[in-house]
Amino acid sequence: MNKPLPTHNLSIYVANRPGALARIAQTFSRRGFNIESLVVSAGVTGDFSRMTITAKGDAAGLEQIIMQCSKLVDVLACREHTDEEVVARELALVKLAVDSARRGEVLQIADHFHAKTVDLSETSIVLEATGSSEKLDAMVDLLRKFRIIEIVRTGKVIMARGERET
Amino acid sequence: MSENHTNGAETLIRSLEHAGIKLAFGIPGGSAIPIYDALYKVRRKMKFVLVRHEQGAAHEADGYARATGKPAAVLVTSGPGATNTVTGIMTAYMDSVPMIVITGQSARGMLGKDAFQEADVFNLTMPIVKHSYLVRSANDIPRIVREAYHIATTGRPGPVLIDVPKDVGTELCEVGLEADMNLPGYHPEPKGYTPETIRQIADALAHSRRPVIIAGHGAAISRAEQELRQLAETLQAPVTSTLLGKGVFPDSHRLSLQGLGMHGTAFANRAVVECDLMISVGARLDDRILGVASQFCKNAVKIHIDIDAAEFGKLVKPDIRCRGDAKTVLQDLLPLVKKGDTADWIKRIEGFKKKWPMGYSRKGGLHPPQIIDALNHLTDGKAIMVTDVGQHQMWAWQFYHCDNPWQFISSGGAGTMGFGLPAAIGAQFGRPGELVVAIVGDGGFQMTMSELATAAIHKLPVKVILMNNHYLGMVRQWQDMFYDERYSGVDLEGNPDFVALAKAYGILGLNLKRAADIPKVLQKALAHPGPVLVNAEVVHHEEVFPMVPPGKPLEETVMEHPRRRRGRPAGRPGKPAAAGKKTGGAQGRKS
Repeated sequence: MNKPLPTHNLSIYVANRPGALARIAQTFSRRGFNIESLVVSAGVTGDFSRMTITAKGDAAGLEQIIMQCSKLVDVLACREHTDEEVVARELALVKLAVDSARRGEVLQIADHFHAKTVDLSETSIVLEATGSSEKLDAMVDLLRKFRIIEIVRTGKVIMARGERET
Repeated sequence: MSENHTNGAETLIRSLEHAGIKLAFGIPGGSAIPIYDALYKVRRKMKFVLVRHEQGAAHEADGYARATGKPAAVLVTSGPGATNTVTGIMTAYMDSVPMIVITGQSARGMLGKDAFQEADVFNLTMPIVKHSYLVRSANDIPRIVREAYHIATTGRPGPVLIDVPKDVGTELCEVGLEADMNLPGYHPEPKGYTPETIRQIADALAHSRRPVIIAGHGAAISRAEQELRQLAETLQAPVTSTLLGKGVFPDSHRLSLQGLGMHGTAFANRAVVECDLMISVGARLDDRILGVASQFCKNAVKIHIDIDAAEFGKLVKPDIRCRGDAKTVLQDLLPLVKKGDTADWIKRIEGFKKKWPMGYSRKGGLHPPQIIDALNHLTDGKAIMVTDVGQHQMWAWQFYHCDNPWQFISSGGAGTMGFGLPAAIGAQFGRPGELVVAIVGDGGFQMTMSELATAAIHKLPVKVILMNNHYLGMVRQWQDMFYDERYSGVDLEGNPDFVALAKAYGILGLNLKRAADIPKVLQKALAHPGPVLVNAEVVHHEEVFPMVPPGKPLEETVMEHPRRRRGRPAGRPGKPAAAGKKTGGAQGRKS
């Protein structure tokens, strides 16, 4: 088997126009890249949007994608960032089927990861956790010994450290 | 200032004219009626040409743009009207040709509801346009049209599509034609390089003893012919051109190697194989010229000049990349270029030319290269040559010699059959006083031959030379060479009487059946003041050579059919020879 493909962080700053997301998504899909997560939100003003994309693929293919994305008329900037260059965060909501007997154990894990309880019923609990994607992965792994009903994650958002542009 | 309360469609027509559009091709339909109504009402300067199929409209706009450097508009309706232009848009996109495509669309309230003739054209065409718009308000039209024209014609040119819902066309437009563009992400920088890059290039050139220049479409688009010539002559470097770069360096020049790649000259390919430096001026170095990308100019310094940064390293990793307009780059580079020390190299190349001259068979029937050669002499290499796609295209490239850019018009990247006739019509509209010759095959011609009506109505003196071999010849050549003569789906039996067809459109039709008649028939065709269709009954079996077999490097350029020497004469009419003369795995299969 091939060795696992590396994951890349891309940040794209784009004019807020209809079709911009579709054009960028096509740039990935045409070259066989699978987007792992995609976050779109407003920029400093509503005229611009910030897209944060994580995707797996070979470096040469990614270089092509960055160049092709940069070339799109609506795109102002498209950059790849290594994990070291950025602050990366993600938010997860995890809904567990848990009764009062085992709730304490869940809360102990939640406490360790600084997760908050945002919903509680006789039979379920919803935890909210924020942090790096790896931290959230670790928490979810520990919670797997309970019955997880649902997980919703925002996908990774990144910001370049210091005065550098994202 | 508010322009006397016109509607969106009228504003659209005025905006197109305001931007500089002089000619539009199209066919109306339900959703486009407001646009056509505006075309009728607005006292316009823009000429409109009603075509017979929307693909023809797009190719005509394409041919016009390639012959003049200016975009034309395509005006079609929603749904099938728009989808019929898709091939033409893709053809223009692949070859960096500016074009403004206006498609009618269902009314805004009906979008996404599967209305009659509704297709999501905005999304459908997204991968084959440089940019596109779905107009949401009539007041946006002046800005959108101005942006579209700017985007289509600057940087690396390309088609821009504007999808106009029917009710936007009828909506009151309250703004004037002067609109500011709002394109914060678009920077078609002609100087996307530093003086340091130019110095690096000059330095590399100074150290080269065996340089080769590859001239591409980008050099032609930016009209860098003088700078290119100066570069070649100063450096004393041979120049080879891509299919779309043909003419930007004179074919007749002592330093010309003519074309390179799959059907390039053997001397061009050999020069590229042996060079110690390759400088590409506006070529994107695609698979048809590379042979095997990883082995292309393996030991040479590779310099890539292109306006589109996304071309760098796509297939060939350059040692020096220079993002910029070809003419601008060369103007900056030339003062630093010193006379090259290449006498031995030029002598060696003269040897290549003697060793592997271009030639063709004259035996046993009428041969397409013979006709093109004759055309070359009769027109003194001055005609605007437009081709369709296939064997005849390669022969036209090889045997028609052009000395000017924008003189050889052909579908390169897309390889669109059916391009020839409508593109020739477009070229003739753009350059009315000049001789336009369309070289087509019987396969491609029949895909868009309804455009004969457009040529007839507008009395366009296009000379169509139909190389009729009753085959889809290029596919047959591959089946012949790489698929053990399994001719599958290539026999065009049932071809019509093309001379009678021409007559049916009111066009002069001439038959050309014998080689001895070539001068007489061609002279008659060229002297005729109107459109002409010459049906040349050429030999059924003939292959284009030289050829770099698919999957092989340029080193393995083949000069003749590996099986031909074993007996079957070239040009035998009728059915192919019986199979059974297989050469043991001589050529690689198509990869």
